Amino acid sequence: MMIGFWLNGKKITDEIAADMSLLKYLRSKGCYSVKCGCETTNCGLCTVWLDEKPVLSCAVPALRIEGRKVVTLEGLQEEAKVFGRFMGEEGSDQCGFCNPGFVMNVLAMVRELKNPTEAEINAYLSGNLCRCTGYASHMRAIQNFLAAKQRGAV
Amino acid sequence: MMKAVNQSIMKKDAMALVTGKPVYTDDIAPQGCLIVKALRSPHAHALIKKIDGSIAKKVPGIECVLTHADVPQSRFTIAGQTFPELSPYDRKILDERLRFVGDAVALVAGSDEKCVDKALKLIKVEYEVLEPLLDFRKAKDNAVVVHPEADWKELIDVGGDNKRNLIASNKINYGDVEAVLAKCDVVVSGSYHTKQYQQAMMETFRAYTYLDLHGRLVIVSSTQTPFHVRRIIATALEISKAKVRVIKPRIGGGFGAKQTAVMEMYPAIVTHLTGKPAKMVYSRYESQIASSPRHEAEVKATIGATRDGDIKVITVHSLWNAGAFGEHSPTTVTLSGHKSISLYGGFEAFRFTYEVVYTNTIAAGAYRGYGATQGIFAVESAVNELAAKLGQDPAKIRERNMVREGQLMPAYFNEHATSCTLDRCLARAKEMIGWDEKYPSRAMGNGKIRSVGLSLAMQSSGINNIDTGAVSIKVNDDGFYTMAIGATDMGTGCDTILAQIAAECLECSPDDIIVNGVDTDTSPYDCGSYASSTTYVTGMAVVKTCEALKKRILLEAAKSLHCDSADIVFDGKLLTCVKTEAQVSLKDVANGSMCGNNTTLFATESHCSPVSPPPFMAGIAEIEIDRETGQIELLQFVAVVDCGTVINPALAKVQVEGGLVQGIGMAMFEDVVLDERGKIANDSFMQYRLPTRLDTGKIRVEFASSYEPSGPFGAKSIGEIVINTPAPAIADAVYNATGVRLKELPITAEKIFRGLQALK
Repeated sequence: MMIGFWLNGKKITDEIAADMSLLKYLRSKGCYSVKCGCETTNCGLCTVWLDEKPVLSCAVPALRIEGRKVVTLEGLQEEAKVFGRFMGEEGSDQCGFCNPGFVMNVLAMVRELKNPTEAEINAYLSGNLCRCTGYASHMRAIQNFLAAKQRGAV
Repeated sequence: MMKAVNQSIMKKDAMALVTGKPVYTDDIAPQGCLIVKALRSPHAHALIKKIDGSIAKKVPGIECVLTHADVPQSRFTIAGQTFPELSPYDRKILDERLRFVGDAVALVAGSDEKCVDKALKLIKVEYEVLEPLLDFRKAKDNAVVVHPEADWKELIDVGGDNKRNLIASNKINYGDVEAVLAKCDVVVSGSYHTKQYQQAMMETFRAYTYLDLHGRLVIVSSTQTPFHVRRIIATALEISKAKVRVIKPRIGGGFGAKQTAVMEMYPAIVTHLTGKPAKMVYSRYESQIASSPRHEAEVKATIGATRDGDIKVITVHSLWNAGAFGEHSPTTVTLSGHKSISLYGGFEAFRFTYEVVYTNTIAAGAYRGYGATQGIFAVESAVNELAAKLGQDPAKIRERNMVREGQLMPAYFNEHATSCTLDRCLARAKEMIGWDEKYPSRAMGNGKIRSVGLSLAMQSSGINNIDTGAVSIKVNDDGFYTMAIGATDMGTGCDTILAQIAAECLECSPDDIIVNGVDTDTSPYDCGSYASSTTYVTGMAVVKTCEALKKRILLEAAKSLHCDSADIVFDGKLLTCVKTEAQVSLKDVANGSMCGNNTTLFATESHCSPVSPPPFMAGIAEIEIDRETGQIELLQFVAVVDCGTVINPALAKVQVEGGLVQGIGMAMFEDVVLDERGKIANDSFMQYRLPTRLDTGKIRVEFASSYEPSGPFGAKSIGEIVINTPAPAIADAVYNATGVRLKELPITAEKIFRGLQALK
């Protein structure tokens, strides 16, 4: 089926098979930041934004993006670098495979929640699994990032 | 003062990873690769009577359908270990005997997933379904034999006999165990059961293969052991090792899973037979059912002590479930005794016996901790039980008995504890959590009770006299360095850590060291990243290589300074003749070496250690239990680690935090349950419950560094030890809260509730 949508700010018209997931479609378009970790909507690795809201792209049929705006980490490179540096400083990037989905969700959280508490942060990000870090360094990175934002350093 | 070592330097690949750059196997696989998938056995034990892929082959886009008739017939092992491997040669790429639910029946390669999925459904298989052997306690000498084949072999005798379902067995005695037991005032004994946990690295198993311009087979794989994969695949395909090249890009986690060549052989044989590029990406489902999880174990620990609490004798018997194939089985089991008993010094006798058996379940492999984890759960739980029986504080009984620096470790191959601050680790961990105020428990007044529990742990630093790591460094234009390594950074940051060691030696910034790895054609040999070896073993190779390279730099500088190289000092940038005060920069020496020169500014050295100094740690859990329902919450976990000198504090801390949470998963959430036909029920992340960020409680980590004389700048290892303390610590906290002693993981509300009912 032929549909039109915006991918990282660019208008695209494409023929998409009815049984294709948004995850597979995005990878086929070269958005390799979008990763598959589980196939059962449990890991958060495939998180992208659909009309500025984070979604699991493995659970979205690609046809559903007709007329909508899709953003992947490829479209958020500058923001990813700014927050990502705080992750790097904690060593919380580790193997990196869960990073794109995690960073997408953190950047969505920052837009959505004002001065979130530790509990709110953990609740917001609870769907993003990570097997390397044990999550503590994620929290340090986020809190350092939020503090830097608050004092206008980033 | 060290400038590069002991600094929290950002990983070299960090910015690429946090911005989602395409750096992993499936991101860089060429378009148009054949897609390879396997048909999986629905039976735990069966023979293929007839298999017909002719209709499947007719699906448009299908390149080939391969069955056991199409593959080489000699057996091999897929364990990533130094040759000759201790794991039995019990595999074929495809076999007519199927040994677990999920075993590969056939392979299909085609132009896209759709046609391959369709073809898989059209393969006609006639199975002779056999009775499966599912209970590892009944495996030895069972009428059902998992590997009856005549060509089963072990390269080294490890006490196996395939006709008895036995892969390995051994008895190790020190002192007169029975006599010492007889004179002990107190003896505790218990059996501890752990399951086949999945490493569950976020990137599943995957590889792609192609023939290069010379017709050689290139395998790009998410592997921890590229050099072992080269040998394994050449052996599996019965081709020359010279015909195989293995490349490792970034790896999305390993934890030991990728120390087994779980699936490289499948795309490899497709490319080998068709000449076409091929790719295989395991689904999470396949990674849960046909991979290389931790060995299920039942470890019986017996400890005898005086009434004052002096431990006089320890015995460990490990029954090990290899599953359908023997990868890492004869080796993992040995750690369950050597690296649990050796936490204690001063005993008069020990005995360590083990048996490793085949069953018709998923084949186990290497998983962080490598058998020590199972053994430590048993021995540390038994020591906690001993403390309870003596009415002593479990911390006090450790303080009395734990191994100390300088002590001989009879159960650790008679090595001495050359560096050990285990006493400081425990003291600090107690302080951090407030042990003396909190032990054993406090009623909270709302039906809930809070308690603490502790465990010690140890591991090793590489496999002594076997693990080999080489490094090569060359000086380039303007004096920047390129360092080639064969060690595999799987997210731990070893590329950066090894660059820090090199920078410390060469007195430059880690940014001046470009690190390349791994390509078996161009990287120096390294057995791979496993056995907690990289920092300790390959790190020493870096030190040696830098020394050799510095000598060459001095010799080159001596030419332009017209003095003896022994009179030159090098500060990282300038080379100065101490006699004439003449100077030349590294930049000029480097650039000069590229013009009219017969020597090379290149050095390569290998390292293997005769010893394997253990890292040590103490971990303490604080939990809250609802006495009505048994509901358990982990409030906090503190850990203090002695890994020798910490090369990169930030990365070491994340290793500890990550390993603790993996250990917490094993202790409280993760489980592998088989149905009556041998099918794994927990075959997705929906059912196999990894800890989320809501489950971990507060994790706090500190270091109490010793100095290990045989390690680079005093370093030991950190990668594996960190998974070992949560299970015994949390289990003892449950006891301290309720009086319920759980000996089977995971520790769940249901088990605690049943335990409480039984106490009534």
